[in-house]
Amino acid sequence: MATTDGKAMAAGSAEMPDPGKWPSVESVTQPDRFTMFARRVLGHRSFMFAATVMVLLILMALFAPLLAPHDPLGQDLSFRLIPPLWDAKGNPDYLLGTDMMGRDYVSRLIYGARISLLIGFCAMMISGVLGTVMGVCAGYFGGKVDMAITFLLTTRLTLPVIMVALALVAVAGGSLKTVVFVLGFLLWDRFTVVMRSATMQIRNLDYVRAARAIGCSTRRIIFSEILPNILGNLLVIATFEIAHAILLEATLSFLGLGVQPPTPSWGLMVAEGRDYMLFEPHLVMLPGFAIFILVVSINLLGDGARDIFAPEHRN
Amino acid sequence: MLNFMAKRLFVAVLVAFTVSVIAFSLLRLSGDLATVIAGEDATAKDIEIIRKQYGLDRPYYIQYLDWLGAGLHGDLGESMFYPEKVTTLIKSRLPNTLTLACFGLIFAMGLAIPMGVVAALRPDSWVDRTALTVAVFGQALPGFWFALILMFVFGLFLRWLPISGSDSLINFILPAVALGYYSTPAVMRLTRTGMLEVLNSDYIRTAYAKGLPTYVVLFKHALRNAIIPVVALSAVQFGNMLSGAIVTESIFQIQGIGQLTLESISRNDFQVVQAVLLLVACIYIGLMLVGDLLNAWLDPRLRVN
Repeated sequence: MATTDGKAMAAGSAEMPDPGKWPSVESVTQPDRFTMFARRVLGHRSFMFAATVMVLLILMALFAPLLAPHDPLGQDLSFRLIPPLWDAKGNPDYLLGTDMMGRDYVSRLIYGARISLLIGFCAMMISGVLGTVMGVCAGYFGGKVDMAITFLLTTRLTLPVIMVALALVAVAGGSLKTVVFVLGFLLWDRFTVVMRSATMQIRNLDYVRAARAIGCSTRRIIFSEILPNILGNLLVIATFEIAHAILLEATLSFLGLGVQPPTPSWGLMVAEGRDYMLFEPHLVMLPGFAIFILVVSINLLGDGARDIFAPEHRN
Repeated sequence: MLNFMAKRLFVAVLVAFTVSVIAFSLLRLSGDLATVIAGEDATAKDIEIIRKQYGLDRPYYIQYLDWLGAGLHGDLGESMFYPEKVTTLIKSRLPNTLTLACFGLIFAMGLAIPMGVVAALRPDSWVDRTALTVAVFGQALPGFWFALILMFVFGLFLRWLPISGSDSLINFILPAVALGYYSTPAVMRLTRTGMLEVLNSDYIRTAYAKGLPTYVVLFKHALRNAIIPVVALSAVQFGNMLSGAIVTESIFQIQGIGQLTLESISRNDFQVVQAVLLLVACIYIGLMLVGDLLNAWLDPRLRVN
């Protein structure tokens, strides 16, 4: 559109001396939407940094079997507590040494990324679907539906998440699947809050009214008018909730009521290294730092996504 | 105001009631309690005996009404591990947790509010950016790991502070920092946004224009208004600390309700677990109610709807 208008204008003005001397019309017009978007993404430094770290971590999780030098579960008590390579007593076979069971620490750290990412993502999928359905329904239908869902939300917010999660995992038996479901069914609150207010803001806008006026079904309005327009917000919350779930999984596993040994969960590794903290601090520092890096990158990714997709929600 | 209070109170009671149903049924729906209590090598006969002994053979709703009825009279059953009433147990542990959470809150506010104010005074300066960076990093620190680092640095390495127990108030310093830091980012951000908004308002310009000294404008006029939402948030954060205390208490060996819950969960002492769940939720409901009312009292616009 902009290009044709520009050309028409340039051709219409007779006073222009020599069109050749002016910068070409193409170079002054705005770049197309994709280029603009790419510029916004690439120009966001913390977002790009976090994205790079995340891609590396995801690749590490995906290719863990190729990257890990040893079996993360392979115990050998004659090789227990080998210090990392920077220590004089280090063993070149074990870059970061071994833990109290003689398992290679590098391999366990690499496989740990799988557990964290898997649980974070799956739990977010469950809570995201639950929370979005509730939030959109509350926001779109309003009235009694809204009241009921807001009540559910208030009730959920009063439940102490860690305590409920611990109790549920204890009764159902700690495993990856239990942790995913428990977290998924507990962490939908923020999705509901944000989706509800986002839906409320657009449900009476002209294009939604128009859709209603020409007789679109409610389902169609929600799926093709409402959802695409709150997708930005959804994406932002989804990133934060992955981070939230990862932190909670680590906490549950640290307390012994999450992922069970010998699975290499970072939270569990901190707990296992705790008794050796004074003499082998790296056993606690490394897995904790891994969680920290992962969660920081996801949060930065979320902050960046908010600047890019939903700038009105800054602060 | 009265109408508003009545409405809020009604909702709070309704939520408390729902929470009691949830606390009761969560532990029952997720597995057969009698089997869990009896342990792994129990025979079918043992399980049957336990089921009778704890009244688990009765219909759920009767069990619930029984529990709730006694609970309303201040009796939440007996612990299956200690020869004591659940309420006595909780009463003896609650002071430690409350002390811990209070210190945590003081630490969080003491750090976050000044940081938020300074950040708002110089938006986009290095102070502001540092504060925001600290907030981003702080929110990503796993609480248990941070607690262990504090323990390692100040307890084992520098030997400045005790790392376990709850005998004196000094014992609470490290745990309070470990528990409180997690609330700082949220409080700081809210203080900053609130201050930014207030500082741009007309009455602040008027205050400056009539020649009031800067500190009077900042503390008497700006901060007092900006702090209103922070008060409500701190009530919520206090509630979060009560449930977050479970991690801190287990690391620093503080005999509080968090520790009690964790022990009871691993011992399958469900009477205690459901009582603590209900108690923490009720405290939280109370705090939210207080926060709401406080906000409505300070800002009359909120009373409508």
